[in-house]
Amino acid sequence: MDYAPARFHASARKLAEQGGDFAYTPENQAKFDAVVQRYPADQRKSAILYALYLAQGQQGYLSPAAMSHVAHHIRCTAAEVEDVVSYYTMFFTKPVGKYVINVCRTLSCALLGAERVTEQLSEVLGIAPGETDPTGTFTLLEVECLGACDRGPVLMINDTDWHERLAPENVRTFVDDLRTRGVGALTGCHLHKEGGKT
Amino acid sequence: MAYEPVLTKFVNEPNSYTLDFYLKHQRGYEGLRKALTLQPNDLIEQVKASGLRGRGGAGFPTGMKWQFVLKDTPKPKYICCNADESEPGTFKDHVLMERNPHLLIEGCAISCYAIGAKVAYIYIRGEFFHVQEILEAEIDKAYKAGYLGKNILGSGFDCDVYVHRGAGAYEAGEETALIESLEGKRAQPRIKPPFPAVAGLYQCPTAVNNVETLCNVPLIVMNGAEWFSSIGPEKNGGPKLFCISGHVKRPGVYEASMHTTLRELIYEQAGGMIDERPLKAVIPGGSSVPILLPEQLDTPASFDHIQKAGSLLGSAGLIVMNDSVCMVWLAMNLLHFYRHESCGKCTPCREGSDWLFKLLRRVEAGEGQPKDLDLLFGVSNNIVGKTLCAFGDAAATPVLTTMKLFRHEYEAHVREGRCTLPASWRAEHPIFAAH
Repeated sequence: MDYAPARFHASARKLAEQGGDFAYTPENQAKFDAVVQRYPADQRKSAILYALYLAQGQQGYLSPAAMSHVAHHIRCTAAEVEDVVSYYTMFFTKPVGKYVINVCRTLSCALLGAERVTEQLSEVLGIAPGETDPTGTFTLLEVECLGACDRGPVLMINDTDWHERLAPENVRTFVDDLRTRGVGALTGCHLHKEGGKT
Repeated sequence: MAYEPVLTKFVNEPNSYTLDFYLKHQRGYEGLRKALTLQPNDLIEQVKASGLRGRGGAGFPTGMKWQFVLKDTPKPKYICCNADESEPGTFKDHVLMERNPHLLIEGCAISCYAIGAKVAYIYIRGEFFHVQEILEAEIDKAYKAGYLGKNILGSGFDCDVYVHRGAGAYEAGEETALIESLEGKRAQPRIKPPFPAVAGLYQCPTAVNNVETLCNVPLIVMNGAEWFSSIGPEKNGGPKLFCISGHVKRPGVYEASMHTTLRELIYEQAGGMIDERPLKAVIPGGSSVPILLPEQLDTPASFDHIQKAGSLLGSAGLIVMNDSVCMVWLAMNLLHFYRHESCGKCTPCREGSDWLFKLLRRVEAGEGQPKDLDLLFGVSNNIVGKTLCAFGDAAATPVLTTMKLFRHEYEAHVREGRCTLPASWRAEHPIFAAH
């Protein structure tokens, strides 16, 4: 008697889309191997955020395959990785646009018109906050305080570049600039450009 | 007597972030050199004598925090520098790390020596990548120059400083949540006790200190505890950074002693109100503290004075608002923040912040009923004091403080079915249009 017909067996169930095969590039692998040394040998899990940033940088988002790859390197389960990914706001589990525009919406920026900046961006890009445009160029997100309240309304583009004091009436020019000149069109934040990097 | 900045004196100079500049203009690493000749205990005593209070929000004496770090243990000890800076209205550590990183690096090394740690982790928020780049490059230079690494300055003391990047979580600024996040888990607070001083990072004794706190340590070692405590009122000594944002002409980070009044900070340092509109309210210490009114502006901006005035200095993030701001909208904006950032561990905070936001949205849209106001009050009071960390209290504060001081605005929203502030400001000043 067949106690476990194949169609009821766990292995026959359809699983979530895994995404394509994922493995770190040799370059990223070397970076991970270096950073994991910063933590005690039995505390590899501390490097998980870094490992996830590497994977996201390589692929643009974190597919289940990428999370499994990270789990393999951290030596934990894929569920533990997903637990972490689902908590932090800076990780994406779906593909996002080339430029992820994060608009700060918390009090100090809001006092200076952040809500209207989002409105304008939404109108110019033709997408609502949380969406990606059909060409895959822009994703618009509203985020909570970015920590540059004196430069409001402040934007973070992807997880690296900043643009400060964007008045709602300048949104259209800003988007055009970003389209043509890329991140070079951004002002940076504080004195970052003025004295920081030469 | 004019106040001479020490933490931020050079932040506007080009290259102020470099090691060469730090050595030349800020007596760089003299503090570390001196500290290494002292006994760690004497160092802790010195910091205690200076009266340095934590700059992260709670204002707990730093020397005591270090003294609590368990001494007799075979386990390693750790310094965790809290550079998660996510309190709305706060951006002082941003500037310190970006423009004066070596002060922090030196502070980390001295603190490690004081508590007997060999490693310091600087937990920086994920959004500050541009700051992290500078910080890491300067840490590299400090290693090469022999201020970090093995056998620092020939003393036999080893110390490593690493930057650990977070990934977007306000709650990671709470010390035990920061430790959890550093361990590679969700940033959720732990049950205390045990406190981090006994069982912190990897269950080892740990001191978690704010960036600005650690930046003050080299100055204390170099100039002495008396110098430090002589700046500012009793028990509120030392230089302090104030972050001023909102409806002021020159928002930014300003360094002052804690003798300075809120009025001086807002009207002199930050240039006063935009368009000379009247000031309606000021949040003196980041979004989590009660609001102060215009008649309280002559309060000195010290931990104790602000507390006496009914608020908290917190992280010294002053958010200044003019008469165009609707207080129901303000509470709604902040509750949107707290609802989003609640880590979800304690039910009152997780469910309560969401509930409060929905109620506020309803009232703000003019669809509220009189009973909603009592409900707002009731829900808030059922969050306060019923959570593991201070987040719950912080989330309830915007509602409680606006309901206490501006209840008439809530009532007007319910009565009129709309916001009753003069509508003209919106047309006149489109950039300030908040809703």
